[in-house]
Amino acid sequence: MELTQLTIDSARSAVQERKTTALALTEAYYARIQKEDGQIGAFLTLCKERALEQAGRIDRMAAEGKPLSPLGGVPVGIKDVMSTRGVRTTAGSKILGKYVPPYDCTAVARMEAAGAVVLGKTNCDEFAMGSSNENSAFHPVRNPRELSRVPGGSSGGSAAAVAADMAVAALGSDTGGSIRQPASFCGVVGLMPTYGRVSRYGLIAFASSLDHIGPLAKTVKDAAIVLRTIAGRDPMDSTSADVPVPDYVAELEKPVRGLKLGVAKEYFGDGLDDEVRHAVELAIDKLKGLGCQVVPVSLPHTAYAIPTYYLIATAEASSNLARYDGVRYSYRAPGVKSLSEMYRCTRDEGFGAEVKRRIMLGTYALSAGYYDAYYLKAQKVRTLLTRDFEEAFRKVDAIVTPTSPTAAFRLGEKSNDPLAMYLADIYTVTADLAGIPGISIPCGETKEKLPIGLQILGKHFAEATILRVAHAYEQAA
Amino acid sequence: MKVTEKDVAYVADLANLELSGEERAGMVRDLNSILGYIERLNELDTSKVEPMAEVSDRYGVDESKQGSERFAYASREDVPEGLRKSLPQEIALENAPDTDGMFFRVPKVIER
Repeated sequence: MELTQLTIDSARSAVQERKTTALALTEAYYARIQKEDGQIGAFLTLCKERALEQAGRIDRMAAEGKPLSPLGGVPVGIKDVMSTRGVRTTAGSKILGKYVPPYDCTAVARMEAAGAVVLGKTNCDEFAMGSSNENSAFHPVRNPRELSRVPGGSSGGSAAAVAADMAVAALGSDTGGSIRQPASFCGVVGLMPTYGRVSRYGLIAFASSLDHIGPLAKTVKDAAIVLRTIAGRDPMDSTSADVPVPDYVAELEKPVRGLKLGVAKEYFGDGLDDEVRHAVELAIDKLKGLGCQVVPVSLPHTAYAIPTYYLIATAEASSNLARYDGVRYSYRAPGVKSLSEMYRCTRDEGFGAEVKRRIMLGTYALSAGYYDAYYLKAQKVRTLLTRDFEEAFRKVDAIVTPTSPTAAFRLGEKSNDPLAMYLADIYTVTADLAGIPGISIPCGETKEKLPIGLQILGKHFAEATILRVAHAYEQAA
Repeated sequence: MKVTEKDVAYVADLANLELSGEERAGMVRDLNSILGYIERLNELDTSKVEPMAEVSDRYGVDESKQGSERFAYASREDVPEGLRKSLPQEIALENAPDTDGMFFRVPKVIER
């Protein structure tokens, strides 16, 4: 049994049946991290003490013959934007370089309550702002498939950790594609749930109307297990929805025959790489072969999604990041003489270039004289984008698209051109704006052996449907 | 060029950012490039479209109710301790760069 290649179920069963122990499993993952992560850079902080303590607790339960919870003994990574009590949480930023939260994020607490062993905190773009993980203040992450390529972002560390067998699964966050795009680039499964499906309590806020927490995993079933664990109303987050959580794992086995899948031409236009197009078309054919019916749909406002997103997300970010002022958290610029100088110098030294760019854009869009032209306009177009989906979902059960227009690009390729970088999210931002769930699953490789991702979008709170389609494709592929 | 160096200085001031001379020049270039792209939103007539602040005002609410009643699930009793106890003072101060053990300490606010 190769300990670092197990899925959630096989790892949990091995611990339950005493074929291995949670401690041995945890040590095997740390050994793997020790060996591999020097060149990949997926982790920012390891929390070995906390992990071994949890593993010991699980092993005692297994030894007593008690049934383990669904994640019993399973080693996982947590994106470093989720608060972990007593474990440094940086959001990939120098300004939180030494921040140690006094409480746990609800999603992390639910993972641990279900038996997961948190190995450490995974690298990400600073405050989750980026599509390549090159915006981490600490070090970039490299794509485990090809080290000269980016892993995608912003949850690049979580995706790379899972792809390189340094975690069975991981939590990420998605504001404009930050779970699905890195999943696609690294060849793993990434699920963004419906807005409100998973509590954000303890998530370091980037854009509150767009932020989602979700899993990155090796299989669709693993993603379903994690979602079932973290979903559901949390009184600590008033935006978490009071909608029942189905058994996503049981739902996987329902047939897909007869499901209607929408294909929108707007997701297959200029800018889509030929190899990606070909792989996605083959995947759609395969789904047809499984009995799904393919129906053309139109999402006419898709071309306006990126500008809409970059106004709304940056406006919210400029407000959310105002709290980093050198008073309460971590970093303060040295040698300052007045309060105003302290704010400015702390933020100037503490934030990286992309974060400052977005704070500036967001502040500009909200400033007097520009609010109507930019922010309010974007909110109205958001309505149009959402209506596009409402219209399409009257005809179909899910929509299939490429996750990203290209496979993983090279480090440095887009880092000097913010707009080119933003366009990497062109097929993913729409779901964040409309609040609908989306999953990315591997659907082949380019000639250079780079993974390609298939995205499946669903109706609000219809995660079970997109998981089911994804599972059927995965089993058939 | 829509955004000038003067605009950048004004917005940096609002955002409590200092920005070096070099950063300001880069910001003028980047904001103009991004805002140029954003201009395409003006192709759309949105005069009769309602703005949308977030998704949960459309989904996951009690649709038979009106106004804030629709979010009834999100409301709770207003209790002094809230849903969890407030952090003890020493823990709340733990991450601060400077305290006197009781309060956050900052440079002098009022200058004579």
